[in-house]
Amino acid sequence: MVGDKVKNRDKFPPVSDGKSQYDLYSGKYLKVWQGPQHPGITGNMSLELVTSGDQVVEARTHVGYLHRGFEKLMERRKYIQCFPLVCRICVPEPDFNEHLFAECTEELAGITVPERAQWLRALTLEMARLTSFLMWIGGQAGSFGMGTLGQWTVTMRDYMLDLFEELSGGRIYHMYIIPGGVRSDIPEGYFSRVEETLQKVEHVLDDIELALFHNAVFKKRAKGLGIIDPSLVDLYGITGPNARASGISRDVRKDSSYLIYDQLDFQPVTDVGGDAYARTWVRFQEMYQSIDLIRQMMHRMPESGPFFTKLPNVLHWKIPAGQTYKRAECTRGEYGFFMVSDGSEYPRRVAVRGPSYTHAVTLMERLAVGANIADVAGLMVSLHTYPPEIER
Amino acid sequence: MRTQLQQVSTRFSITLIDELAPERDDLLFVQVEKDQAVPFLTWLQELAGYTHLVFFTAVDFIEEGYFQLTYMVHDYSTHQDLAVLLKLDREDPVVESIHHLWPHAATYQQEMYEMYGIEFPGSPRLHDDFVLEGWDDLPPMRRDFDTRQYSEDTYFPRGGRKSRDTAEYMKEQLYPGEAETW
Amino acid sequence: MKKDEMNEQIAQIDKAMRLGNEGLSDDQKAYFCDQRPERIDPYHGILERFANWARAESLWILGFGTGCGAIELRPLMTSRYDMYRYGIQPRPTPRQAGVFVIGGYASVKTMKRIVRSYEQMQGPKFVLGLGSCTINGGMYWDSYNTINRLDHYIPVDIYIAGCMPRPEALLAGFNRLKEMIKAGQCDGMNSYAENFDWYKKNQKQIIKHWNMPDYNW
Repeated sequence: MVGDKVKNRDKFPPVSDGKSQYDLYSGKYLKVWQGPQHPGITGNMSLELVTSGDQVVEARTHVGYLHRGFEKLMERRKYIQCFPLVCRICVPEPDFNEHLFAECTEELAGITVPERAQWLRALTLEMARLTSFLMWIGGQAGSFGMGTLGQWTVTMRDYMLDLFEELSGGRIYHMYIIPGGVRSDIPEGYFSRVEETLQKVEHVLDDIELALFHNAVFKKRAKGLGIIDPSLVDLYGITGPNARASGISRDVRKDSSYLIYDQLDFQPVTDVGGDAYARTWVRFQEMYQSIDLIRQMMHRMPESGPFFTKLPNVLHWKIPAGQTYKRAECTRGEYGFFMVSDGSEYPRRVAVRGPSYTHAVTLMERLAVGANIADVAGLMVSLHTYPPEIER
Repeated sequence: MRTQLQQVSTRFSITLIDELAPERDDLLFVQVEKDQAVPFLTWLQELAGYTHLVFFTAVDFIEEGYFQLTYMVHDYSTHQDLAVLLKLDREDPVVESIHHLWPHAATYQQEMYEMYGIEFPGSPRLHDDFVLEGWDDLPPMRRDFDTRQYSEDTYFPRGGRKSRDTAEYMKEQLYPGEAETW
Repeated sequence: MKKDEMNEQIAQIDKAMRLGNEGLSDDQKAYFCDQRPERIDPYHGILERFANWARAESLWILGFGTGCGAIELRPLMTSRYDMYRYGIQPRPTPRQAGVFVIGGYASVKTMKRIVRSYEQMQGPKFVLGLGSCTINGGMYWDSYNTINRLDHYIPVDIYIAGCMPRPEALLAGFNRLKEMIKAGQCDGMNSYAENFDWYKKNQKQIIKHWNMPDYNW
């Protein structure tokens, strides 16, 4: 698919039937594979690029290197057995899977969660967002040749993971949000340690602003790269920061508020550029927003209370028949779980809607056209795609 | 929204399903006939404000002999979800493609062809490999495909793994006396 | 070169990819080696000990994140755990790498790329299986698309258990690997050469779409 506003139109092959008609034998075009074994690719997927000079004229994405068949596996596990499985769908922020799976199950089973558990869930979700953003900004800087920022932020992410470890016992997969509530209460003095880490992170973020956003190389390469027109947003199902960077204010936390987000004070961050620079800027501001939200939650959280509600015997837990869809705002956009129960002990179907599904495949194929080969990696990271949630 | 849907219910021969829906006012379920699905979705996208296709997926109800296709669409002005359900005969799974309405639907359709064997005539790259490579068995997400059996036959399971029914195991080993009271 | 000539050559090469070197001219044979891997005997005495010491102190890993375990390589590369101080560093291409870290589960599609990358690595080469998925399938033991035992497809020198293993566990695994190399116990490449037919049979059983030479380097 060739974009509408590409320069040097004659460089591109003629389009007929929605397909570029290029002749690889003419010597004008060259096919380049990027991935799966390629350091510029986020996760594990591959891009098939047809180039003319160093400009991409056609791109195709190939996914499936990480397909584990989660949706099939969940069909033959009981609800409580699915709980340790779901978090493994998305590695950098597994908490959203746990939260959505728990919410779907609770809604179908008619369980209400105690208030403190909701605050604790929101706290972990927001911390997971910050953690994932920290990982991403390292990749974004690294894809434009600034590896140093990755060294800083991945270390900061590690300090955040220490907090998760203290809370749940797990570094990467926390398995903290369980249907019915959360698995444990916060340890003593936890908030002071969170605050300490947040201050460290804030300090590094201030440095990053100087090093990244005031950097001439980054500005020159990221500005104008992969512009998402606002008219594309609905057509391609673009959500999250990618849509917000095109000036469309969409935030699930604000629009269809879940947990306790309606009691918090925040505004969605938007920008108008629609290019890689604007997307980076929006996400960067959202990191400050996450820090602010974590602080708000720590101050407003009820002091004590139950954090778990009594469940029926989970080994014989039959969920009434029904279907439901729940969504949440993860770092990449709208994350959703669609659960179908047929009244038995096993879920009939759990479908996962990952935001990368639309961003990394259809949208990427469109935006890569016209970019330089060297910028494709930066473009991909600026869409913040994550392959495991595409293929599950 | 409910009234708006009731007004067009004869035009698109749709029926509202209330028994499936959870007790929430922002999610509605609608059943649609096979030949009316694409006109109805076009109406939803262009006139009713449901501009965002959240996902498009299938559920296999093998006992009743049909696939339930789910088009989930979302309205950003009212923040309402609408699940359009379509019953598709399992023996003849062919349905119209919606990639002309939302380009990213082509990816969902490619996946559904591979995972369920549902045909969407005209959808781009439908028959290309999506996540599987050289798959020659039943489409894996169909209920009659046994993933455990396939794995044991193909992937050299390492001995020593015991799998038991957790409920039975707890009843017998951990709480032998109390099992009756559950 | 004319188009149909080129087509013809490409068709020949395609054929060669499937059938080894059969029917190719001598100068083209070099591109598609169908020679089986051969056993390479160690040097004698102190020479081998010196070589092993050098190998152990410069473990260059292939930067191919094959599964979710690759996420713990990121902290390992950065300042907190800093694997560079052990002489371990990532390399972008198989030609320069000596250690292959299989990061967790391997789906069939990835397994094909793993086999190719492993064969392209220059010997002596070592494989480190990360996470319980490589040992017995782990969480995904009954999945239709992930392998259960990595050692049926490529020789594995050391496994690190866990889901997922912490960076400390990885460092411990690397250090154990170093000890084993120094003691001359890591002989995966030779066992691959000796049991080549068995490995190929297992690989072809799962990789249905086999469009590559049997052995490439």
